[in-house]
Amino acid sequence: MSGPLDWRFMDIVAERSGQPIATCYQCRKCTAGCPTAFVMDYDPAQIVHMVQMGQRNALLSSQAIWMCVGCETCGTRCPNGICVGRINDALRQMAVEEGVRVGAPAVYQFHRSFLNNLRRFGRVHEISMIVEYKLRSLDLLSNLDLGAKMLLARKLPPLPQRIRGRQEVARIFETAGAQGPAKPPEEQP
Amino acid sequence: MSRAYAFYPGCTLHSTGVEYGVSARAVCRALGVELVEIEDWNCCGASSAHSLGGELADALPARNILLAQPQARDIAIPCAACYGRLSSADRRLREDEAFRRQMEEITGREYAGAARPRALLDILTSDFPPEELRARLRRPLAGLQPVSYYGCLLLRPPQIAGGWDDTEHPVKLDRLLGLLGAEPRPWTYATDCCGASMTLNRGDVVARLVGRLVDAAEDAGANCIVTACPLCQANLDGRQGRRPQPMPVFYVTELLGLAMGLEEVIGLFGRHIVDPRPLLRRLGLLP
Repeated sequence: MSGPLDWRFMDIVAERSGQPIATCYQCRKCTAGCPTAFVMDYDPAQIVHMVQMGQRNALLSSQAIWMCVGCETCGTRCPNGICVGRINDALRQMAVEEGVRVGAPAVYQFHRSFLNNLRRFGRVHEISMIVEYKLRSLDLLSNLDLGAKMLLARKLPPLPQRIRGRQEVARIFETAGAQGPAKPPEEQP
Repeated sequence: MSRAYAFYPGCTLHSTGVEYGVSARAVCRALGVELVEIEDWNCCGASSAHSLGGELADALPARNILLAQPQARDIAIPCAACYGRLSSADRRLREDEAFRRQMEEITGREYAGAARPRALLDILTSDFPPEELRARLRRPLAGLQPVSYYGCLLLRPPQIAGGWDDTEHPVKLDRLLGLLGAEPRPWTYATDCCGASMTLNRGDVVARLVGRLVDAAEDAGANCIVTACPLCQANLDGRQGRRPQPMPVFYVTELLGLAMGLEEVIGLFGRHIVDPRPLLRRLGLLP
């Protein structure tokens, strides 16, 4: 862990995530059930503790907050009603807003490509979304074998479905605020 | 008897989850159930909207809830992620007046609380008396030994998605499969997450999660896995890598269709990544 402590951090994250972070007493049930804890630099219980301890910089640049798959296991089992997944959502959004170099660029680029595609068509079109993701992440060679199998099984339609209500979707993106992926503060490497 | 539901297919039912869409529609038709697709529905935002978008996570699915209001019917949702997002949005529309007004203004439609989001698996296991299903069976699934796999979001978080089956030890899918003549195997991984939302960007992590699930299914003595989510199925089916004996992964609606003898469902098995037909032939379940 590094960087200055930010003693307002817990209140800010608690407010944004809607989670009662101060009540955590480190029973670690969240971590015991987390499917991706093995690949995190800080595990879920550590994330909560670090929020309590004002470790803003270490958390916002961590890989862990991007490795959460949002499976809701932690929140379902927490005796104090804390969902670490919601905390991770808030931390990710803060990292993007503050222009922090994100700890897992590929995950960030995937979410961004997904939302851009959704905004363009109203529904997600896999092929164009994957192309955008690959160009953004420069992760060009992964999953080609699976993609070929999916194409052979006719599971990746060539054309997108455009909905009529794209204007409404555009307005939803606008009113949802600046957190959307439309204008990231900094291009990620 | 006529029964009808509003239908929110979600993006994957036209692509990687095509077998789910075809089999769900075929089974419902055979059961005399009408699925009325919500007109002009949009993507629910899935994991990406709540990861990056804050308010987007409820606002995108809320449009679909509003579009479904005139139908005034429960919304049948085949995908676990869509189900979770629409359930969260419906709750928000009910409880947060400012949010509701804003969404009503954007979409020009009124919220009446008349279209409750429900998982398709909930509908299939709660709304049909066993006798009714039994009367439709043509080919009992004898010899099929599945494990029931719910994955993450069909029942979590319990305050939003739960209530229709036990959160940690769900039983309804096992019961349904038993009714179809299969012999479901007990295991403790029914609600463990398969990691589908990272399948494109962290294939290594996902391969490990899928490997663990398939290992556990083997240890339980299963010969197949049954899902009720297009993300789970595509992930489990597509991410077994070079496993010497990959395990077939079915949609619950495919097995219903097979047991009911529906031709259009039987034609779907050739589109799986792990071909289930050798297993089905060995058990004498394919015509």
